[in-house]
Amino acid sequence: MGDIQAAFSLAANLILSGDADLFEIVGLSLSVSVTAVAIACAIGMTLGAVVAVTRFPGRGAIIVLLNALMGLPPVVVGLAVYLMLSRAGPLGVLGLLYTPTAMIIAQTILVTPVVAALTRQVVEDLHREYDEALKSLGVRGLGLVRTLLWDARYSLITVALAGFGRAVAEVGAVIIVGGNIDHLTRMMTTAIALETSKGNLALALGLGIVLVGISLVVNGAVSGLGGVAGRSRNV
Amino acid sequence: MSDSILPLAARNLRYEVNGTVLIDDLSISVVPGSFTVVLGPNGAGKSLLLRLLHGLIVPTSGKIDWSVGAELRGRTLRQRQAMVFQRPVLLRRSVEANVRYALKWQGAGPGELKEAAESALHRAGLADRRRVPARLLSVGEQQRLVVARALAGKPDVLFLDEPTASLDPASVQQIESLLIEANAAGTAIVLVTHDIGQARRLGHEIAFVHRGRLVESGGAESFFSDPQSDAARAYLKGEIVV
Amino acid sequence: MFRRWLHLVGLGLLVSCSAATAADRGFIIVQSTTSTQNSGLFDAILPKFREKTGIEVRVVAVGTGQALKNGRNGDGDVLLVHARAAEDRFVADGFGIERQDVMYNDFVIIGPPDDPAGITGGRDAPAALAGIAGAEAPFVSRGDNSGTHIKERALWRAAGIDPSGSSGAWYREAGSGMGATLNTAVGMGAYTLTDRATWIGFGNRRDFKVLVEGDKRLFNPYGVILVNPTRHPHVNAVGGRAFISWLTGSEGQAAIAAYTVSDIQLFYPSSK
Ligand SMILES: Nc1ncnc2c1ncn2[C@@H]1O[C@H](COP(=O)(O)OP(=O)(O)OP(=O)(O)O)[C@@H](O)[C@H]1O
Ligand SMILES: [Mg+2]
Repeated sequence: MGDIQAAFSLAANLILSGDADLFEIVGLSLSVSVTAVAIACAIGMTLGAVVAVTRFPGRGAIIVLLNALMGLPPVVVGLAVYLMLSRAGPLGVLGLLYTPTAMIIAQTILVTPVVAALTRQVVEDLHREYDEALKSLGVRGLGLVRTLLWDARYSLITVALAGFGRAVAEVGAVIIVGGNIDHLTRMMTTAIALETSKGNLALALGLGIVLVGISLVVNGAVSGLGGVAGRSRNV
Repeated sequence: MSDSILPLAARNLRYEVNGTVLIDDLSISVVPGSFTVVLGPNGAGKSLLLRLLHGLIVPTSGKIDWSVGAELRGRTLRQRQAMVFQRPVLLRRSVEANVRYALKWQGAGPGELKEAAESALHRAGLADRRRVPARLLSVGEQQRLVVARALAGKPDVLFLDEPTASLDPASVQQIESLLIEANAAGTAIVLVTHDIGQARRLGHEIAFVHRGRLVESGGAESFFSDPQSDAARAYLKGEIVV
Repeated sequence: MFRRWLHLVGLGLLVSCSAATAADRGFIIVQSTTSTQNSGLFDAILPKFREKTGIEVRVVAVGTGQALKNGRNGDGDVLLVHARAAEDRFVADGFGIERQDVMYNDFVIIGPPDDPAGITGGRDAPAALAGIAGAEAPFVSRGDNSGTHIKERALWRAAGIDPSGSSGAWYREAGSGMGATLNTAVGMGAYTLTDRATWIGFGNRRDFKVLVEGDKRLFNPYGVILVNPTRHPHVNAVGGRAFISWLTGSEGQAAIAAYTVSDIQLFYPSSK
């Protein structure tokens, strides 16, 4: 119990004292995860929407695959990205291993299937409702995809937040490809893992509390910006 | 009217799903400026017929011909017809954005877009609601918006599937005047309804559909005063038609 | 911060990134062990090296086995590890050059205060392990092919016992770093083998104690190796050699000797 109390007061102290190291790793966590989610949304939402509105052989298999990839184990993704980016790997010459870019790549791979699979479901439901009306207007192709993505925007904000949640809370992939290097690739989750392994359980939990707080703030800010206003519109 | 996509001539339409014949050997034509009301009991095939004519579904056999050599004024066949569905489908955008969206896809250029949207909103009496999210409108307002949206691009023909079901008399009247006004301006109307009073008020021609077949068609006056088929007679009397 | 943003936009500028990683870059990557990282040694000594040379040292802390593997792949410039036989093989296979001794400390066996196997105060590590096996008292192994794990297996061999048959029973393989393994041992009231530095720096000791120490077979020497730049031309050999000569030179050795936790020295310089 002592540890848990200590964790809360440590978390409060870290934030109130404006701890520079803390702000650095929070900043890195946010910039890596937000960048990864932005890329994943650009790829995943397009992919999900295209799969939602097209019919082609093997489509069912693609949907099953996308849904299954939502459960991609982070460690496996980390390992695969490590093997690609390692000096001995095919992309080794780029020298990206142990950089924030490597972590962005790993998180993008983790988040894209989540965004694509959820977008596919959301857009397909909306398409069922809009189908005949849009056909009647002659809306096809890219215009159809754009219309559906725009009209599903409030649900898609939730999709993006789900992706962000997966990215920011993930440790298995980033610790392998980032290396948890102090002042370079140390993020919230890898710092928590490190403090845990040092036996500083209260500090680790304190950082965990800060991470949950960040998630709350991000989710709150996003719903404040669009979500809440959208709910009433989305009747 | 020489540059209309009408007359539309549908010949020997047949539509089957899994071996069940839903539309059977049905022929019908729509001429420029006409106002046709399609009547018939539930499940007769009226909605399917509109979808076939509008090109949303493809007939199993039969032909649908639009006026050959019509001058399309740079717009496609699809851009010169419109349809209003049994359930209003509104985009999750403002009232005005809904109209503008339809106009854009109906081929309105940037120059005419603003003016066309403006006049459509005014005619529908929704000018002061333009910024409201369309889905917050009442059902009656939504239906008015849908009709105004369909008419905004001045189509040659407008198909409507029970647009006034579940509306109060005032709203019904507003929609009817929109249709009469559009028809007077040259848009041919094909309207499905169960409201016989409405059919009498609006219809120039009547098409009576029963069990996927066109049982009777002709001028409205003669249809109501002297229906030829048993099915139509029973339907008009309010009897249950089997 | 600026460099980080460079890397963030680097996704679109992969090529420029590769240019920035030429061998004369201003940083080196050191593949090291969790025990040295968790002990806090790097935080104490690296700033001094940076101050002197301007070279940034990026430490990736994994088990010795993983560090050697990453080194074979060329993912690092310098290795700082503790498994002599494996280090010599690494050099013999041509993956590393210029191996040197850096420092040493020792391993200890820690365990719960009630000591069900009765090994407290012993100075014979294999005998203590035999006692644990005899009592079938829980023992947590790193199980991750790290330097500590390699040492532990050697001690079991010296005791003439193969604990793998009891894996899952009293012999529990954590498959984790030193700190996580200590958390596990403390959590389940088990014995484990740890390097002294990690143990002293460890914050979750509860009432666990060092029970066995002082056996010369518990000696824990650390070596430093430059990843072979002939084999991996991208290796920052200049920076790596600068680091190695600083670490094994008088300044680095003094910095290692000066590092203490709660007034206890964790590592002893051993460069000749
Ligand atoms: N895709 C389909 N598959 C199978 N049956 C269908 C399909 N679409 C319509 N039907 C059937 O075809 C018949 C005609 O349907 P339609 O919707 O055209 O009737 P309707 O005349 O518009 O009736 P209502 O007045 O109730 O709207 C109905 O029996 C309906 O169940
Ligand atoms: Mg119908």
